[in-house]
Amino acid sequence: MNLKSSSRRRFFKSSSALAGALVIGFVLPDGRGRFEARAQPQAKTPIPPNAFVRVGKDGSVTVLVKHLEFGQGVNTSLPMMVAEELDCDWSKVRGELAPAGPEYAHTGFGMQMTGGSSSVWNSYEQMRTAGAQARLMLMQAAASQWKVKVDQVKTSKGYVIGPGGRKLSYGQLVDAAAKLPVPDKVTLKKASDFTVIGKPTRRLDSMDKVTGKAQFGLDVKRPDLHTAVVAHAPVFGAKVRGFSADAVKAVPGVTHVIETSHGVAVVATNFWSAKKGRDALKVDWDLGPVASVSTEGLRAQYAQAAQTPPAEAKLARKSDQPDAMKGAARTLVAQYEVPFLAHAPMEPLNCTVEVRGDGAELWVGSQFQTVDQAAAAKVLGLQPSQVKLNTMLAGGGFGRRANPVSDYVVEACEIAKKAKVPVKTVWTREDDIRGGFYRPMYVHRVEAGLDGNGALTAWNHVIVGSSIVGGTPFEAMMVKEGIDPTSVEGVADTPYAIPNMQVRLVTTQPGVPVLWWRSVGHSHTAFVMETMIDELAAAAKKDPVAYRRELLAKNPKMLGVLELAASKSGWGSPLPAGRARGIAVHESFGSACAQVAEVSVVDNEIRVHRVVAAFDCGLVVNPMTVEAQVQSAIAYGLSAALYGQVTLKDGQVQQSNFHDYRVLRIPEMPRVEVYLVPGGEKPTGVGEPGTPPIAPAVANAVFALNGKRLRTLPLNVA
Amino acid sequence: MAKFFVNGEQVDFRAAPDTPLLWALRDQLGLTGTKFGCGMAQCGACTVHLDGQPIRSCVTPVSAIEGKRVVTIEGLGHTTQAKVAHAVQAAWVDKDVVQCGYCQSGQVMSAVALLRENPKPTDADIDKAMAGNICRCGTYQRVREAIHAAAANLKKA
Repeated sequence: MNLKSSSRRRFFKSSSALAGALVIGFVLPDGRGRFEARAQPQAKTPIPPNAFVRVGKDGSVTVLVKHLEFGQGVNTSLPMMVAEELDCDWSKVRGELAPAGPEYAHTGFGMQMTGGSSSVWNSYEQMRTAGAQARLMLMQAAASQWKVKVDQVKTSKGYVIGPGGRKLSYGQLVDAAAKLPVPDKVTLKKASDFTVIGKPTRRLDSMDKVTGKAQFGLDVKRPDLHTAVVAHAPVFGAKVRGFSADAVKAVPGVTHVIETSHGVAVVATNFWSAKKGRDALKVDWDLGPVASVSTEGLRAQYAQAAQTPPAEAKLARKSDQPDAMKGAARTLVAQYEVPFLAHAPMEPLNCTVEVRGDGAELWVGSQFQTVDQAAAAKVLGLQPSQVKLNTMLAGGGFGRRANPVSDYVVEACEIAKKAKVPVKTVWTREDDIRGGFYRPMYVHRVEAGLDGNGALTAWNHVIVGSSIVGGTPFEAMMVKEGIDPTSVEGVADTPYAIPNMQVRLVTTQPGVPVLWWRSVGHSHTAFVMETMIDELAAAAKKDPVAYRRELLAKNPKMLGVLELAASKSGWGSPLPAGRARGIAVHESFGSACAQVAEVSVVDNEIRVHRVVAAFDCGLVVNPMTVEAQVQSAIAYGLSAALYGQVTLKDGQVQQSNFHDYRVLRIPEMPRVEVYLVPGGEKPTGVGEPGTPPIAPAVANAVFALNGKRLRTLPLNVA
Repeated sequence: MAKFFVNGEQVDFRAAPDTPLLWALRDQLGLTGTKFGCGMAQCGACTVHLDGQPIRSCVTPVSAIEGKRVVTIEGLGHTTQAKVAHAVQAAWVDKDVVQCGYCQSGQVMSAVALLRENPKPTDADIDKAMAGNICRCGTYQRVREAIHAAAANLKKA
């Protein structure tokens, strides 16, 4: 995906007065992003008074946040960017999640979405510009009132100050400023003059979240709102042959039983009735071909393909000398396996839909507003502009709420359309764990060639697994020459100076729905690369840090975090008996992260005591958020490294809830120390890059502890 | 029909007696601060206090709480536990604990119950008392820090 957003600066076109507030409005550029070009054309209705900044008469500043807030802190970091330029009183600033609208498109990807650890960098110039424009308009309004030139006035924390100490609050200037045109050109501050950006800043939404006031998608209240719970197929792709709803209709509160494209929904006046109704439903399923799929079978099939890649394998990286392996003094071969993983966000999936005569309204914690709005419109027979999509706070997401095929949104719309009442469709935890859209299962096989001194001479790598974007509307724009970049990222583009590296991809189609999962391809490629590199260091009889240092000599960013993590962790210093350290370093989403994990093994269970993380994410907007995100990414990655797996038997998912899809709990949480590399010029990704290194760091620590190489996730020392 | 008290007010619950307290709170009483996470007492998002003890409302049918007193996150600040509740919530804000925030009602309910029983918990005490509250954002380290901070502030007060 491209990172260029510079040409999008010119499109701040109009301002308008909205309810006594100064509104800075934006409309989309003509050169739409790649997705937009493929989407249905938007109806030619006037751009509604959408905006990024609203200054109220009381001096309050509301920043419309175009991204989903699902923990990563955009409801604070984006307002910080605006406040930096607006020069307002931070205590009067709040963030509000923007609804779906073309003016809220991602500046790099051309559609409204949250993903790829991109919320901060793609908003960085846009939000500062919005703040600077609002400030200039307020200054112009004051200057005109005082009959002085605009360069004779300045601002200070929510006030415009003129010659002789004259002073007007932003609130007093709102009406006059709103009548002015939005300035084309504003000069943004130099980073060295920042007073807000870069300062540790507490989240703006904490109090609402610790008092139960925060409204998540599941909390939506509407008049006559019904709840739907859906009987989904026991096997992916199974079709409803028929169903018996007699027992369902006997459940008090049940109002409708509705067949959808992928199941049967029970609608009731409340959740419990809908759930009991769903449990009483008898569905006759035509199971289809996936009924014969099992993890065991896939494992054998993937391993076979990794050892002997079939003719349809695609070359993701071409070696300069394909025969280099033949000249190796010796070779080291390792095979890796990672499982399907559910995202398991705390808030189960849900979507509220109200269909009205002239359109529809949705309430959903969506990472893909543009896609979901278009999908809802298609189901409901409307234009996207007739579907108002309200972005709700989401209780986590990790990729699950960014589905190119909008599965749970489409389902909710199908139900509401047929029920003809407002419906909130709610997934149970079992529906979530068994409902697919997993991080794909992969098998990797690596053959490394070494010379007589143990130095690398060649690297042949085969990756086997399913494509995340294959078969979705994203395939055409992302898959090039048969290669889904999300299957090979982190391997094919490794920052290590590896000679004669060849990477092949075998794309499988097991019939299990897959999706991006926090850090996407890096969630498995970092594990493979970093444990293999560790293995090669041991083969060369070199220290794991020293070995990496040599292969990263030309990459100051990677080298920087490697050295920082090593020094802060006390790499090489003695540890208590029974403990060992392991290191991993990986680059993803433009950022580099190195981690040193300190582990022990007790009763065949790995305990991670301490993790030292060094992180380079360029310019840091909110150090408090960045630290929290690295801690979070490590905890999320550790859940998967130690416990996470979705397995299939006879096509059925064997896990169902947190008792058998184990996740990290507080006793297993290590002490995490985060060290940021200072001095970046532009922000790069934050939410995901902390996840990839943790699994290999822990696996390498286990090797250091007991000499056992773990090449399968979740890690198992038994 | 079940009768019980929620945040000090009497509730006459007329829907199915097997309805879990969680859904009575959310759907019938409109108290959505208590969250649904798993439905089988695995995650703690639905934690409320029943006669002062933390319980999982998702597996507690209203028929089992006849005459009992329920306190939810919405009512926590108005009870005899208000002082502890406010200290916990203030520490949570100060330590910037929350991320997505969805599990935090339950975390706060469990933390308040812990501090009432044990005003000076160790890390091990905290791990034990909070082990039933899952946070997928992984805010655990700050949960520990915030509980220690709240305990220290309550001692000072």
